[in-house]
Amino acid sequence: MSTPVFVGLDIGSSRTKVAVIGADRQVLGHAVRKSGTDFSATAAACLDESLEMAGTRRDGIAHAVSTGYGRANVGFVTAESKTEIGCLSRWGRDRFHEAVTIIDIGGQDNKVIKLDGDGRRASFKMNRKCAAGTGAFLEEMSLRLDIPLEAMDALARQSLEMVKLGSYCTVFSATEVLENIRHGKKVPDIVKGLFYSVVKRVLEMDSHAGRVVMTGGVVAHNPYIVEMAGEMVGQPVILPEYPQLAGAIGASLYALDETDPVGIRNNIPAGETNG
Amino acid sequence: MAEEKKATRKKIHAADLMNKIMADYFYGLNEAATTGKRKVAWCTSVGPAELLQALGFAVHFPENHAAMLGATRTSTDLIPAANAIGYSPDICSYLTADIGAYLKGFTPLAKAYPGIQSVPKPDVLVYNTNQCRDVQDWMAWYSRKLGVPSIGVTSPKNVDEVTDAHIDDVTRQIEALIPTLEGIAGVKLDMDRLREAASLARECTELWKQVLETAIASPSPITFFDETIHMAPAVVLRGTQQAIDYYKVLLAELEQRIRDGVGAVDGESSRIYWEGMPVWGRLRQHSELFANLKSTVLASTYCSSWIFPSFDWNDPIRSMAKAYLELFIVRSDRYKEKYIKGMIEKFRIDGIIYHDAKTCPYNSNSRYGLPGRVEADTGIPSLVISGDLNDLRLISDEQTKTNIEAFIEQIAEGR
Ligand code: SF4
Repeated sequence: MSTPVFVGLDIGSSRTKVAVIGADRQVLGHAVRKSGTDFSATAAACLDESLEMAGTRRDGIAHAVSTGYGRANVGFVTAESKTEIGCLSRWGRDRFHEAVTIIDIGGQDNKVIKLDGDGRRASFKMNRKCAAGTGAFLEEMSLRLDIPLEAMDALARQSLEMVKLGSYCTVFSATEVLENIRHGKKVPDIVKGLFYSVVKRVLEMDSHAGRVVMTGGVVAHNPYIVEMAGEMVGQPVILPEYPQLAGAIGASLYALDETDPVGIRNNIPAGETNG
Repeated sequence: MAEEKKATRKKIHAADLMNKIMADYFYGLNEAATTGKRKVAWCTSVGPAELLQALGFAVHFPENHAAMLGATRTSTDLIPAANAIGYSPDICSYLTADIGAYLKGFTPLAKAYPGIQSVPKPDVLVYNTNQCRDVQDWMAWYSRKLGVPSIGVTSPKNVDEVTDAHIDDVTRQIEALIPTLEGIAGVKLDMDRLREAASLARECTELWKQVLETAIASPSPITFFDETIHMAPAVVLRGTQQAIDYYKVLLAELEQRIRDGVGAVDGESSRIYWEGMPVWGRLRQHSELFANLKSTVLASTYCSSWIFPSFDWNDPIRSMAKAYLELFIVRSDRYKEKYIKGMIEKFRIDGIIYHDAKTCPYNSNSRYGLPGRVEADTGIPSLVISGDLNDLRLISDEQTKTNIEAFIEQIAEGR
C-alpha cells in the first residue's frame, strides 16, 4: 500500500476543488471542475484526477473532509464536513504565523476572515444576500460585454482611463456598463472599472487586521485584482500558491488533524468518475 | 451519501395545556365579535392592554396574528397584496402580512379553530408607539378601512434612564384615552378592576421571568425556540388568571427537567444568546440546526420583553406607564449594551447571534455598531445574520446555515 494521503473536497456552488496532501502537509495533487448539477459525480471525478496526480489511489486515502455548499452531497461518507469558513481559517493557520485577514472571493459569496497571531479565528463575515463583488458579478458582466472571463485580466491591464461604477447592485451595474458603452467608453476601461468595483465591494465588507491575503477562483484567474487591492489597502496583498484551492487544502488539513483514521475508502461507490 | 442528522426539539408537555388556553382565548374573542356581547379592542403588543381588560374589552393583538401568519409560512404570499396597495416591502412585514391577510380574506385562525371565520372585528384600535411608528400606521389603515377610531400613546424613544418626566408624559396620555374608551365600552372605568389587571399582569411577569431563568441551568431545559411559542399567554393574556395558572405548570415541568439533568438539546456544548426577532417561518429549521450542532440558543432580549416588574396594584396607571417605558426597545444604546452584557453574564453565554431583520430596524440592534462594542467589552464572539421575521423572500437559508455552522465551529475551536 502506498503512503497515506489526506483529502479535502470543496464542493462550491460554482466549482468543485479537491486537494490531496501528504503527512508533511505538501500538496501532492489537485483538481478543479465546474460543480454542475451532479455534485457527487463531479467530486468523484475531481478526486480521482487529483489522486492520480498525487500518484496514489482511493485506497491510499487515510482521511477526507468535505466543505462547501455541496459538502453533504459528496456521494460518499467523508470523515466529517466543515464549513468553508472553518477550512479557510484552518488553511490560514497553517500558512501564516501572524495575524492575517483572508479575503475569499467565491462564485456566489465573499468572505472576510480575521485570524489572530495564534491562528485563531477572531471573526468572519460573509457578504449579504446580493452578488456585489462576487464571481457571479464578473460572470454576469462578461456575458453583457460578450468577452470571455479568461480574457478579462489582460484587458483590464490595458486600461488607460478606468471607468468608475458606483452601484452596489449587479443589475444597476449592468445598466451603468451599458450606459458607458453608449458613451463610447473603451472595453478595457470598463473591465478595469468592474475589477475595481469587485475589489471595493470586498474591501468594504469589514476592517482589516494584519496582512491581507486573497483567495478564491476569481483572484486565481485575475491576479490583477490582487494588485489593485494592494494599492487600495496600502500594502502588498498576498496571493498565495493555489488561491483557488485554499478551502480544499484547509479541508485536507482537517483530515490530517484526525488521529483516528476512519478512512472513506470502503464507502466510495465505484464508477462515479465521469465529470 | 452523507446524511444530515436530524435532531428535534424535545416536546414540552405543558404545550397541550397552552394550546387549550389559547383556543379558549380565540373562541372567546370570536364570540365577543360575532355576538356583540363584549366590545373588541385591538391592541399593539405593549399597548395599554390592562386598561382595555379592566374596561371589559376582549383584546385582539394584531402582532400575535401576524406572527401566526409568519409561523404558518403564509405571510410571504400575503405581503405582496399590501405591497400592491402602497405599503413598501421594506416596512414591517407583520404589518404587510396582516393587512395582506385582511385584503385576501385569510386568517390562520380559521384553520386552527374550526368555526372561526375571520379575525374579530374591532370596536376600537389602540396603539403605543413605544416599539415603532409602524404600529400606528398599521392601526391607521384599519381605522380608515373599517371606520373605527384609532387612539393611542406616542411614546418617547431612545430613553436612557426612565425619569419622572417620561412617566408623567405617558401617564397623562393613558389617562386621556379613558373617556373615549369608556364611551365605546359603555361603562365607567372601575379602578379596582384596573388594579386587579395590573397585579395579575405583574404576577404573570414574575412567573414568565422564572420560566426564562430556568435557562441559567446547564444544560438549559428550554430553548429560545420554545420560548417564542410559550410566551403567547404572556403576550395576549397577561392581566388574566389563566396566564398565571399556565406558567405555574410550565415552570414545574422545566424545574423537573433541571432536577433530572435533562437539557432541551442533548449534549449541550455551547450556549447562545439570540438578539432580535425570531424568523417565524424557520423556527423548527433553526431549532434543528442548533440542536444538531449541540448548541442551545437559550436566552434572548425578545422573549424577555414581556417582563414588567413595574406593574403596581397601588398605582396602576402610572405603573403601566413606567412598565411600557422600561422596555428594551424604547431604550438608548448605552442601556441596551449594558443590558446585553448583563444577560451574557447571567446566562453564561458563549456567543451572540444578532438577527438583522430587514423589515424591522427597531428590533435589529446590529446596525449601529453595538455588536462590535459588546464584543470588545466582553470578548464574547458575535455573528450577524440577515433575515426577516415574516418575509421569507429576504432569507437565504444556505447562507444562514453556513454562517451559523461556522460560528459554532469558531466557538468550539476557541476553547
Ligand atoms: S417593532 Fe418591528 S416587528 Fe414590531 S411592529 Fe414594529 S416594525 Fe413590526
